[in-house]
Amino acid sequence: MDIFLQSLVSGLLIGGLYAIIGIGMTLIMGVLKIINLAHGQILMVAMYITWVLWNFLGIDPYLSIFITIPLVFVFAEGLSKYLLHPLIEKDSILPENQVLMTVGIGMVLVELARSIFTSDYRSIQTSYTEKSLYIGKISLSFPLVIAFIIAIFLTIGLFYLLSKTDLGRSIRATSQDKFSATLMGISAGKITILTYGLGSALDAAAGSLLLPVYYLYPDVGPLFTVKAFVITILGGLGSTVGAIAGGLVLGIAETFGATYISSGYRDATGLVIFLIVLVFFPGGLKRFTKV
Amino acid sequence: MFKVEKVNMSYGDLQVLWDVSFHVNEGEIVVLVGANGAGKSSVLKTISGLQQVSSGLIEYNGEDITKTDPAQIIKKGIVHVPEARRLFNEMTVEENLIMGSLHGEAKIKRKETMEKCYDLFPRLLERRKQAAGTLSGGEQQMVAVARGIMSLPKLLMLDEPSLGLAPVLVQDIFDIIKGIRKQGITVLLVEQNVQTTLRFCDRAYVLENGKITLDGTGKELLNNEHVREAYLGI
Repeated sequence: MDIFLQSLVSGLLIGGLYAIIGIGMTLIMGVLKIINLAHGQILMVAMYITWVLWNFLGIDPYLSIFITIPLVFVFAEGLSKYLLHPLIEKDSILPENQVLMTVGIGMVLVELARSIFTSDYRSIQTSYTEKSLYIGKISLSFPLVIAFIIAIFLTIGLFYLLSKTDLGRSIRATSQDKFSATLMGISAGKITILTYGLGSALDAAAGSLLLPVYYLYPDVGPLFTVKAFVITILGGLGSTVGAIAGGLVLGIAETFGATYISSGYRDATGLVIFLIVLVFFPGGLKRFTKV
Repeated sequence: MFKVEKVNMSYGDLQVLWDVSFHVNEGEIVVLVGANGAGKSSVLKTISGLQQVSSGLIEYNGEDITKTDPAQIIKKGIVHVPEARRLFNEMTVEENLIMGSLHGEAKIKRKETMEKCYDLFPRLLERRKQAAGTLSGGEQQMVAVARGIMSLPKLLMLDEPSLGLAPVLVQDIFDIIKGIRKQGITVLLVEQNVQTTLRFCDRAYVLENGKITLDGTGKELLNNEHVREAYLGI
């Protein structure tokens, strides 16, 4: 029973991080109507930025979100404005072309990272990396707890933005009906570019928060793209609340897989859950959340 | 007040508006009637800046607004309530209304205008926290019109507000439009519901295959041989 609870709690903690990755992807999917297959690669970029900041400037990875978030936001805005948006504006080109573009962006980012940082595995050792908190017999990884709390604040902040501000409402309006949004005087183009930046910024936060508990190497990018994709499908494509549920489910599934099957099957368990959901609940978890 | 002169407009190679000219005076209710595919909605889309003219002039209070983008058109007080309502279905009624008031003066007076809208449509006050997509057709049309009013229009363009509504609700909608005019808002209406609209409008234009073929007061057109034959089936 202790092992069960232990796995559940660890799964929830990592699931909190997966949730913000998934929300970022969901936002982009909602407004741009594309699957962002560079999502994990952008997370990797954020992880490398965090790693550089820690290694060369000694900036704490959790504090570094104040640098990585704006940096990646601007970077992603650039990608969106100069690489993705020109394709979106052309009606004659199939939407698949933008998805292909994200694949291309992803590849370039991975290889750039490889040429700058090599393929070596990197990790960072902070004073608290190995620390744990105990509740009864259950141990909680201290860095994951901090990351989880920050993830909650980011999620609350995002929901506030989306539901209480004109900007956030404009983003939702654009994702629901672009034509009508334009009639309201919303510049759909600007919102589209901004949303890509915003989704990537959340992704970047997750990258910084993951670094103290995860290995970093260039191919971590594609791995997280797959995870983000699984979370988004689990969440029912385009539902932010669903993405939170999807993130938590994936986190728990992976941890249970690692505990009860073998830690080597950690990522495989997530994908099996993904297949099960696709076959038995093709609408994803959305039908349970209704949002 | 508002003038469209010799406007031509195409979707790619397909020209849908041919030398369309008409005008709307302040305080009037003017109707564009015509069959499906005559180009009625295209006229409104061109005015609100969603489509670019290939030639021609659109003038508002003496100012050329032919090439102005949609956000600027709204700020000038020309508001387009689109066909089939096009609400933001997953947002609440109140949020939909807020979306009508994103700019300039409308944003400053948001609360005040919203109260006016609720006075005009008490039904919406009851339902203000409900998702717009869950409302009935008539209620959705009320939201669409109210969302338009939230933009503080001087010229309100309504695209087939009676579409898909029960006859008894159609009369309600037209009463509402009269009420809107009483508040000093000029109305440009696009309709297929020829008989009812011609009866209550000030002036009307008949649009056929992208061309204005007839114009006159509502009464004149109701007695016109061609209109009676083609649109009223008499």
